[in-house]
Amino acid sequence: MNKAVAQQLEKAPNRKVYLSTIAIILTALIIWSFMGVNITGFDQRGTQIATNIFSGLFSPDLEFLFDFTSGGGVPGLLFETIAIAFLGTVFGSFLAIPISFLMSPSIVSRPVAFVTRLVVIFIRTIPSLVYGLMFIRVTGPGPYAGVLTMSLTSIGMISRLYVDVIENLDRGVLEAMTSMGCTTYQKVRYGILPQLFSSFLSVTIYRYDMNLRDATILGLVGAGGIGAPLIFAMRSYRWSEVGSILIGLVVLILAVEIFSNKLRERLVNG
Amino acid sequence: MRETVYDKIFKPKTYTLSNGKEVKQRASRAPFILLIVLFVTVVSGEVTGVDLSMLRTRGHQFIVILTAMFPPNFNFMNNVWGPLFDTIQMSLLGSIAGALLAIPFALLSSSNIIRNRLLNGFFKLFLSILRTLPTLISALIATFIFGLGTMAGTVAIFLFTLSYIGKLMYEHIENVDMGAFEAHESMGLSKVEAFRYAIVPDVLPTYLSVSLYAFEGNIRFAAILGYVGAGGVGLLLDERLGWRDYPSVGMVLLILMLVVFVIERISEYFRMKLT
Repeated sequence: MNKAVAQQLEKAPNRKVYLSTIAIILTALIIWSFMGVNITGFDQRGTQIATNIFSGLFSPDLEFLFDFTSGGGVPGLLFETIAIAFLGTVFGSFLAIPISFLMSPSIVSRPVAFVTRLVVIFIRTIPSLVYGLMFIRVTGPGPYAGVLTMSLTSIGMISRLYVDVIENLDRGVLEAMTSMGCTTYQKVRYGILPQLFSSFLSVTIYRYDMNLRDATILGLVGAGGIGAPLIFAMRSYRWSEVGSILIGLVVLILAVEIFSNKLRERLVNG
Repeated sequence: MRETVYDKIFKPKTYTLSNGKEVKQRASRAPFILLIVLFVTVVSGEVTGVDLSMLRTRGHQFIVILTAMFPPNFNFMNNVWGPLFDTIQMSLLGSIAGALLAIPFALLSSSNIIRNRLLNGFFKLFLSILRTLPTLISALIATFIFGLGTMAGTVAIFLFTLSYIGKLMYEHIENVDMGAFEAHESMGLSKVEAFRYAIVPDVLPTYLSVSLYAFEGNIRFAAILGYVGAGGVGLLLDERLGWRDYPSVGMVLLILMLVVFVIERISEYFRMKLT
């Protein structure tokens, strides 16, 4: 080999020890996790249920799927889920605005930002289902509990993304406005808000996408949405009903995702 | 400037510049959007029965459970470790298996690697549909198929990880600069070799960091999977909440918080190193 090339190759950092340590740790972790999870194939009953679910998906309960009367059918339940996610996102994003300002180190002092961050981490770790149960004490079972849960659980992520937006504000604009003699109000109105607005909106729409998914599971604790009917249908082995709910859910979430992606693209590109 | 229907109703403002040129500024869409949002909010409020005064009168009920959790029942700590390790093992195994299987799926979905639009479209659609299913619901289905226990949770996490990493990776692979690949090929390397030396170094850091991120999130998910009987610490949470043994619930949440925090820190450290 060319001498220069060989020399250059030798200069490359030797990462064998580092990489092999990581490999050993990873292998150990994999073996450990295999020990913990008792791998069970599916028995006859499982296969039976799997086929039932599939046949349910392909022969859904059409009457249930297209029952547009209020409440009873899939469209009504999906509408309720949409409403829960929407209100939860709206409330959550409003609550996140002051929190995100309190979290960004360029606006408040470091200790304050750190404490707010800790509080937000604390809020975020409690599973949404636990919040659901807490709010059911306040409002009684129903979609309202779901709305409150969504508002609280979406604060964490929204405020973290808001902080990124705030930290990345283009300060040059503000300096330019100061040099032109603008007042503080004008600076906020024409320098800061236009920059924040579309990014905040984009984050909020993104979170709506996620909330819609999460809103479907709140039904598990009785906080409204399509989750509860799904579980009842499964527990009583009404597979065609399960099929129609799943189809409705997949179509709705896909549609919202495509729509929100389009909207966010337009927001970001102006 | 293209005029849309909106511009015809609300005429754009016209400015005449000093050189005689006319510039039009579109009327702001913000009021229109705000109106829609307001309308949807009101409708949603009707549907979900939102009643803000209830928050004032009964809001303290929310604090009741929270205060009951303090101080946490430290004697309960020994009961937490077993299910907690179950949770970690579940999410670890599910994440690793999902991340590994995501590679072929991502490759089959990227149009610059496999030049077959039908195949790409099929796998992309498959990943999207898989991603729409909330983890808890796939866990629920899995408990029916695999029986109650950690296996169901692992499968649910596996499916979610597969779809999540698969999507992010094919998006990344499709944006890889293919010039390096072509250069390697023109130097006489086979397609596989060119892939190994041109694409892999580009994609690998993202893949690892996305996988770590997915694992991080999966721990959080895994914690609630027990709710539908899919094993782990959620089972404990469900049971204790059912018995209204809130100090123990507080203990479970406290430990969960610590574990999630530590794992997030570790994974964040490695992700920072990767990028």
